[in-house]
Amino acid sequence: MATLAQAWRMLARDWRSGEVRLLAGALAIAVASITSVAFFSDRLGRALVRDAHQLLGADLVLVSDHPWQPAVPEEIAGRGLQRAAALNFISMMQPARAGDQPSQLAGVKAVTPNYPLRGRLRIAPGLNMPDQPAAAGPDRGTVWLDERLTSTLAAPVGTRVRLGESEFTVAAVLTLEPERSANFFNLAPRLMMHADDVAATGLIRTGSRVRYYLYASGDSVAVADFETWAKARLARGQRVDNLESGRPEVRAAVERAQRFLGLAALLAAVLAGVAIALGTRRFVERHLDGYAVMRCLGATQRRLLALHGSEFLLLGLSACGAGALLGYGAQALIAHWLAGLIRAPLPAPGVLPAAQGLLVGLVLLLGFALPPVLQLNGVPAVRVIRREAGPLRQSVLLAYGSGLAALAALLLWQAGDLELGAYVVGGFSAAAAAFVGAGWLALKGLAGSGAVRLFARGSPALRYGLANLRRRAGANALQVASLALGLTALLLLTVTHRDLVDAWRRAAPADAPNRFILGVQADQLASVKRFFSDNGVAVPDLYPMVRGRLTAVNGREVQAGDYPEDRARRLIEREFNLSYATELPGHNTLAAGSWFAASGGARAEISVEEGIARTLGLRLGDALTYDVGGESFSARITSLRRLRWDSMKVNFFVIGPPWLLEKFPASFICAFRIEPAQEPLMGRLAARFPNLTIVDVGAVVRQANEVVDQLILAVRFVFLFALGAGVLVLYAALVSTEDERRREAALMRVIGASRRQIVSSLRIEFLVMGALAGALATVAAAAIGQVLASRAFDLDLPVNPSLWAIGPLAGLALLSVNAWLSARKALAVAPALTLRDE
Amino acid sequence: MTVAPILRVSALTKQVATGDTRLTILGDVSFEVNAGEAVAIVGASGSGKSTLLGLLAGLDTPSAGRVNLDGHDLFALDEDRRARLRARMVGFVFQSFQLLGGLTALENVMLPLELAGRADAPEAARAMLARVGLAARLDHYPKHLSGGEQQRVALARAFVVRPKLLLADEPTGSLDATSGAGVIELMLGLNHDFGTTLVMVTHDEQLAMRCRRIIRLAAGHVQG
Repeated sequence: MATLAQAWRMLARDWRSGEVRLLAGALAIAVASITSVAFFSDRLGRALVRDAHQLLGADLVLVSDHPWQPAVPEEIAGRGLQRAAALNFISMMQPARAGDQPSQLAGVKAVTPNYPLRGRLRIAPGLNMPDQPAAAGPDRGTVWLDERLTSTLAAPVGTRVRLGESEFTVAAVLTLEPERSANFFNLAPRLMMHADDVAATGLIRTGSRVRYYLYASGDSVAVADFETWAKARLARGQRVDNLESGRPEVRAAVERAQRFLGLAALLAAVLAGVAIALGTRRFVERHLDGYAVMRCLGATQRRLLALHGSEFLLLGLSACGAGALLGYGAQALIAHWLAGLIRAPLPAPGVLPAAQGLLVGLVLLLGFALPPVLQLNGVPAVRVIRREAGPLRQSVLLAYGSGLAALAALLLWQAGDLELGAYVVGGFSAAAAAFVGAGWLALKGLAGSGAVRLFARGSPALRYGLANLRRRAGANALQVASLALGLTALLLLTVTHRDLVDAWRRAAPADAPNRFILGVQADQLASVKRFFSDNGVAVPDLYPMVRGRLTAVNGREVQAGDYPEDRARRLIEREFNLSYATELPGHNTLAAGSWFAASGGARAEISVEEGIARTLGLRLGDALTYDVGGESFSARITSLRRLRWDSMKVNFFVIGPPWLLEKFPASFICAFRIEPAQEPLMGRLAARFPNLTIVDVGAVVRQANEVVDQLILAVRFVFLFALGAGVLVLYAALVSTEDERRREAALMRVIGASRRQIVSSLRIEFLVMGALAGALATVAAAAIGQVLASRAFDLDLPVNPSLWAIGPLAGLALLSVNAWLSARKALAVAPALTLRDE
Repeated sequence: MTVAPILRVSALTKQVATGDTRLTILGDVSFEVNAGEAVAIVGASGSGKSTLLGLLAGLDTPSAGRVNLDGHDLFALDEDRRARLRARMVGFVFQSFQLLGGLTALENVMLPLELAGRADAPEAARAMLARVGLAARLDHYPKHLSGGEQQRVALARAFVVRPKLLLADEPTGSLDATSGAGVIELMLGLNHDFGTTLVMVTHDEQLAMRCRRIIRLAAGHVQG
């Protein structure tokens, strides 16, 4: 107890004299950052998954091409889950007073009133009018038509339409249907109706192509249990969709956001570790004398160790507690900000993230601060009489190695994202080592080179400044390395981070295509293209599409049952959209192999998307056999392609050369963007080419952009913590040699140096170090940015020329300001006073 | 009446290795100091005075010889036991004051009491600072005190634990003549009042003359 009380008093005194504020600040920032990210990952992650489920319409969707056996919906209800049902089919429809209005193909969706279980349908009272969430599905006797159907059919709200043997009143314009995007390739414009009205239309007969949907939502464990139950009982033509299989592009965005958040937290933790290490070094240096005095006053080593250990423990607990509170406050603030974006309230924060943050802070403190503090143990008491008796030198490797080991352990324990962690910690360790080495070599080389010495001959200040750089090359290299680390972080967090975010935005750009056209026939190609150019819309690329079923791999017949994975089975069961091209599409990149040889006709080769290749266990060189309308062809895989599924562009799993696929009947598909003002054009297009299916993916794009914007905002905020930690590192690095420089300046003044000479020599030292640190940081930030972009985030990061200007300039500017401040401090106190403090 | 020696130094030797050779800083030093006695150790710079003082306090270990402090063979004890013995018996005054810059005058004086776990540390320290004439400067930091005042704080810190033995290392070495004289008066006064034994290292003959006995050191050996 007495030890704790005394440790508390020591902490209060050290706080008052500013000795531990840097440490406390670094710890608080690390914990705040980790905690807020943990809270975030927890709350936002759960909310995002929930939002993503909204895009699916439920937590789990069961799809069947024949009516579900009653046991399945009963099981959903029996497990206490919410249940909804729908059926989809394609039908012709027309206005009730047909006149000369043609019939129109509609994708009919008949739903129970509680559809969807996740997310909301949005409806408007008329075309181009503000929409709002719908409380329930369409009432009996009414239908909702989507914008396209309303305009092409000229059936505004209030008119009557005919579907099969029934007539319905158009009650609203359907503006958003969450689930819609999931399989938009198959969709005609939407008509939504009440499920109980279907029978009267007489449209469902034997042989009708109808899909029956069952939706389930509720407690995640119960949903997962039900999924297992349902999967075991799936019959032919039935499948289960969950987030994993349904929405790859949303999953990609969520994963990327979590990586950004994780990166921000890791950066903050690593930087805080560096700041703690630097701060502790200063703490130890300033406490050497005090430690020796206390030994003289009769304190045993064990007691001093207990006192300092307790002091650091108290410091850790207080700073980490403050950090956890800060982290909690930060995430509450973000939740408040994002309330407009996140439509439903976030789940309440748990206690675990706070505990996680506290633990991280204490591990950082133990790893980076305890070894140097233990060094105090080696301070001989006789130092009070003979100053030169310093502490036993401890190896840097041991001191910082333990910190890095602690960090590595944290990473292992924390998020399980070992790859990202390895990049960050490995990158920073390598950068730190390279910085020290490069800094030392540059300082030694620069200050020692004959040319520089010749240049400096006329100026004593320049000579002295350079001599100082060389004389203290070791310590200065450490300072340059710390500065460069701090600057690297700042550059990463400002310039590179902005580039990364921009690259992310570009991955789902605001000008992404919002319409797809399917079913363009070969003889329509020219006239469709002309339609676009005549109406002032850029003519989109039209890709041929051949539908074929994979029947054999390397001569061996494949069946769905061969594959354990659900997705693989579905891929085998259904027809692939095959395309052909001579050139690699611009938005595809080659991941392996080589693109088709231009020879033409020589080889039967195909290119496969790498994701599907992985799912189906396909490799380069495998021979695939496809059945296209009863005719077979085989070809070897000569390349694997990487695609951006979130680009909203036309993507194909399999592409062959024209000489392989041209002979098969093909239709064409394209993606393009139209602005709201051009909407009537789509009506005219549909009227001119009635066989085309025009799919509106604008809503999907809007949703995707909204999600990305929301995530970027959150990521930016969390990056502020890392930025704060970076600033602390810079500060710690700058003050680390302050005491020594002040003593030296005092000595120089005693022996007759003018203020100007001192200021000039300090300026030269700092400018050289600043330029060096800035240059090193720029190279590191650019390199780390590239590695992160390509390896961790799968984004293309263009080279940013401004980084190469900002980096070195930032180093120069920072150290210039510091030279000025340092000189002011060094000269503010009379030399006698500075020396008497010795 | 026979007074028992509080400090018995026998054949104390300190050598350090310099390259291939060994340099003798102290050679075969022996003397005794009786309780309540005031002894000055004088010698030129480099004569081994400060090394001797460090050994007397058990801050450093000798190459050979013994120091017996109040019946305890100092170097038969380990470092921690020596520290405990110091806490109980020894006070220090240094040439460079050795006050902790981050602590106020009061906190500097409280420090040894706090380390000893004394609950009355603030009161005792305040009284001691009043005794050395610094009642009005309790909350001042060392850098805001004059050299003479800093040394008075150091004296207060040394005497507040009522040590049996006060070791002083050039106590006026950093002070001007007037401040130095004041500090010496104060130190000898407190020494007398508390019945402390004083061993003072100095190169100042005048100051040494104020002590009852003088031990002269030259090149690490006791003279005459």
